[in-house]
Amino acid sequence: MFKAKVNVTLRPSILDPKGKAAHHALQNLGLTNIEGVRIGKFIEIDVQASSEEEARSIVESACSKLLANEVMEDFEIQFES
Amino acid sequence: MNAEVKFLWHKETDVSGLDMIIVPGGFSYGDYLRSGAIARFSPIMQELIGYAQKGGPVMGICNGFQILLEAGLIPGAMRHNEQLKFICKDVHIRVESTQSIYTSSLQKDQLLTIPVSHGEGNYYIDNDGLKELQDNDQVLFRYVNAHGETTPEANINGSIDNIAGITNKHKNVLGMMPHPERAMERLLGKEDGKYIFESILQALAIA
Repeated sequence: MFKAKVNVTLRPSILDPKGKAAHHALQNLGLTNIEGVRIGKFIEIDVQASSEEEARSIVESACSKLLANEVMEDFEIQFES
Repeated sequence: MNAEVKFLWHKETDVSGLDMIIVPGGFSYGDYLRSGAIARFSPIMQELIGYAQKGGPVMGICNGFQILLEAGLIPGAMRHNEQLKFICKDVHIRVESTQSIYTSSLQKDQLLTIPVSHGEGNYYIDNDGLKELQDNDQVLFRYVNAHGETTPEANINGSIDNIAGITNKHKNVLGMMPHPERAMERLLGKEDGKYIFESILQALAIA
């Protein structure tokens, strides 16, 4: 079995209201060195496959079909070694 | 309104004999992941997509709009409201085009007062997509102030180009965030939403 770790992030050009609100709160906490916050999603997926390549293509398909909306989000897949 | 309504459960797969399909608002599958992202794969959606692609009229309201976006029937996507608040109030929208069954008996620039009720209504599309929407006259409604002006303040959720409702290229599929079905009766406060349904019935020659 393969364990995939997926990060889904909003494209840099897309406004991120949640990140903005968190950034604002952090500034209020005195963490003024923080210049920006972007919030995405972290997803762990267990896949049954015969090779990492096969597992990757299954996870890629999961991401582009459902887990990410490619109109405004990017995704990045990593496998636990 | 003298139109017969048939309620379809999301697990049904038969959409034959319908003059139009309305995908209503609410929440679907807890709106986990993204609003409408999981509902878009309900069994009935496959049939609905086929129906829409053959030119059948489909109207998505609020969560229905989000589902149609996720299904790719209308271009673009929804972000969280700019101010992160769930917005539930009456808003003014302006009729931008009468070239659709949804607006053909309305007037261009007509103002409608219709409630919104959503947390993710911040419409997004890239610049090329936006230009295409504008060039094809696909924007049916924009958020405006009481004087009918598209000001930043009137743009309640931060949508690109004050967009409140758009169609697909063929104009048979409409998605809109405001809820016309909640503004149907003067005795209950407002009736501007009724004009949209009257337009549809008239255009489809049902009433």
